[in-house]
Amino acid sequence: MMTATPFLPVLIPLIGGVLVLLAHRGGLNLQRLMSLLLVLALLLVSVDAMQTAIQMPPQVYALGNWIAPFGIVLVLDQLSALMVLITALLALGALWYAVKRKVDAQGAHFHVLFQIQLFGLNGAFLTGDVFNLFVFFEVLLLASYGLLLHGSGRLRTRAGLHYVAINLIGSTLFLFAVGALYGVLGTLNIADMANKIAHLDPQDQGVVAAAGLLLLLVFGIKAALFPLYLWLPQAYANTTAPVAALFAIMTKVGLYAIIRVHGTLFGDQAGDLAGLHLPWILWLGLITMLMAAFGTLAARGLREQVAYLVLASVATLLVGIGLNSIDALSATLYYLIHSTLIAGGFFLLADLIAKGRGAYDDRFVSGPATPKAMLLGATFLFAAIAMSGLPPLSGFFGKVLILSAALDHPAFSWIIAVVLLSGLMMIMALARSGSLLFYNTLPENGQDAPAAADASKEHDFKGAYLAVASLLSAALVLVALAHPLGQFTQSVAQQVFDAPTYLQQVLHTPAVAKEAIR
Amino acid sequence: MEWLIALMIGVMTASGVFLTLRARTFPVVLGLTLLAYAVNVFLFAMGRLNIGVPAVIEAERLAYTDPLPQALVLTAIVIAFGMTAFLIVLSLKARSELGNDHVDGLHLAQDEESLHATLPPRQADPKRHADHPFEQTDALIASTTTQPIQGERQQ
Repeated sequence: MMTATPFLPVLIPLIGGVLVLLAHRGGLNLQRLMSLLLVLALLLVSVDAMQTAIQMPPQVYALGNWIAPFGIVLVLDQLSALMVLITALLALGALWYAVKRKVDAQGAHFHVLFQIQLFGLNGAFLTGDVFNLFVFFEVLLLASYGLLLHGSGRLRTRAGLHYVAINLIGSTLFLFAVGALYGVLGTLNIADMANKIAHLDPQDQGVVAAAGLLLLLVFGIKAALFPLYLWLPQAYANTTAPVAALFAIMTKVGLYAIIRVHGTLFGDQAGDLAGLHLPWILWLGLITMLMAAFGTLAARGLREQVAYLVLASVATLLVGIGLNSIDALSATLYYLIHSTLIAGGFFLLADLIAKGRGAYDDRFVSGPATPKAMLLGATFLFAAIAMSGLPPLSGFFGKVLILSAALDHPAFSWIIAVVLLSGLMMIMALARSGSLLFYNTLPENGQDAPAAADASKEHDFKGAYLAVASLLSAALVLVALAHPLGQFTQSVAQQVFDAPTYLQQVLHTPAVAKEAIR
Repeated sequence: MEWLIALMIGVMTASGVFLTLRARTFPVVLGLTLLAYAVNVFLFAMGRLNIGVPAVIEAERLAYTDPLPQALVLTAIVIAFGMTAFLIVLSLKARSELGNDHVDGLHLAQDEESLHATLPPRQADPKRHADHPFEQTDALIASTTTQPIQGERQQ
């Protein structure tokens, strides 16, 4: 059976983005309204898609009615539905903040780029074809280049240049890997590739393994895997807050692609090549985590520190994927929901703090107290507890679940040691930055404090704080609903590991009959 | 023909990698372009090299070349073209904003200093004044940020 659901999350932002562009003459307020309505519509569609995915086996939509493996298919299973839903939630918070703080007025076409970014993200989450994945990666990257450089500033341009150059290299490597896989396997459909790898001629195994690892390199650039993470801290620290918040999902695209592509191609059916990518992910993930923890200690500004915290959360997720069991993947997905939403909220909060400090910005030097220091300080404490994985918030439960899944792994002592050590370093770093920003303040010198207060009056502080609070409240929701959510992520993980059903659904969904089309 | 194609891909990739590792934006752009060329030829070759057979269906033909890599190459060319155009514009923007065409812009240390220079001057806090670095560096920044960096390698 074929439903319409899989293509809606892709179609809405694409058509919406074009409409927002056409509404350019109607003024920024019209564009804001349209953009917000589009994201709300996307949220509703994502919830609907999630319900479909939970109740039914993976849904396949053949574009142009060309059945797999000949045509391109969109596949909606629980994992992709989850990613699409998180994206919509995060996008709503980021967009609300951008509108309330007038970030979108800093340059042209913010909302168009935002919608196209969502188009690329949702497409990457839903596609079942490797080359189509490449195309959607390019769409989301091109939109992200525009968003990253939105507004202006020398540091932003420099970070943007690095980001664009490394991603262009990544795109080229992606094409090399896809080409090599196609040359050996003769197909681009992920499910069909997995079938072909199962019956692979031993002399072709080397090429497929090399191409698979090359793909891992590409996804590693996106996911900021050591040693490919160096672009991330500066890019995230120097862009505008809503963009940085939305980019919290960008690293997860790389993680999703690793789960989807490598998990399917090099799953249990792959014979000698099974689990080809796992040791790399696990050990490089642990190194990434240590480097990220050092980064949080060395950061000179709050936004840079949050960028390193994002990196640390990505590393935790990589370790979870590298453990390669249903329990570990379930825990990883729970932590993924938590870390994406909290990191997004934390970036927005960092921006509120930085704007309140006026010329001192987010740098770790003592400045005059920010306006509304009590509220912002309490929120910072909340976000810091959630992000560093202290009880009673969701970061703690996510880490506990991942660590308890790691106990069966032969290298569990290393994993536990590194996770706990880096957690300790992050707590120290956050304690230091919190005390510098909120306790160790200078007496007002009467010059810039009123200016800062004026600046925060000019923009809608309450509206912007609402975005921060709603994203951060995910930490409470995730704890309150830990049991049903845990069951849900368990079922997602089971579906991911149930490759035969995925292959069956993708390759044997028939085309829509002509009568049905009429 | 095979060795010629293979050699061509290899040389273009090697030159592309070498150029992307250069420190100026223009060689980096050239290097990425060469890498894109190399990958296009590589994708094309992955459909196997055939001579004199069509990709589209003709009535009397029995042998066909693989049409899919050609479609892939077409997509890849368009994407690489757009991305390169974007990168060139970004490099020009970086050249005008950062003052030179080094991929890291101005020297890192000076960028950090110029950040501090935006802070308002400190007053009446003698405890902190002694170890405060901004006063000494302000003059340095004023003298260097608007000019090209001294001692940069000529190319």
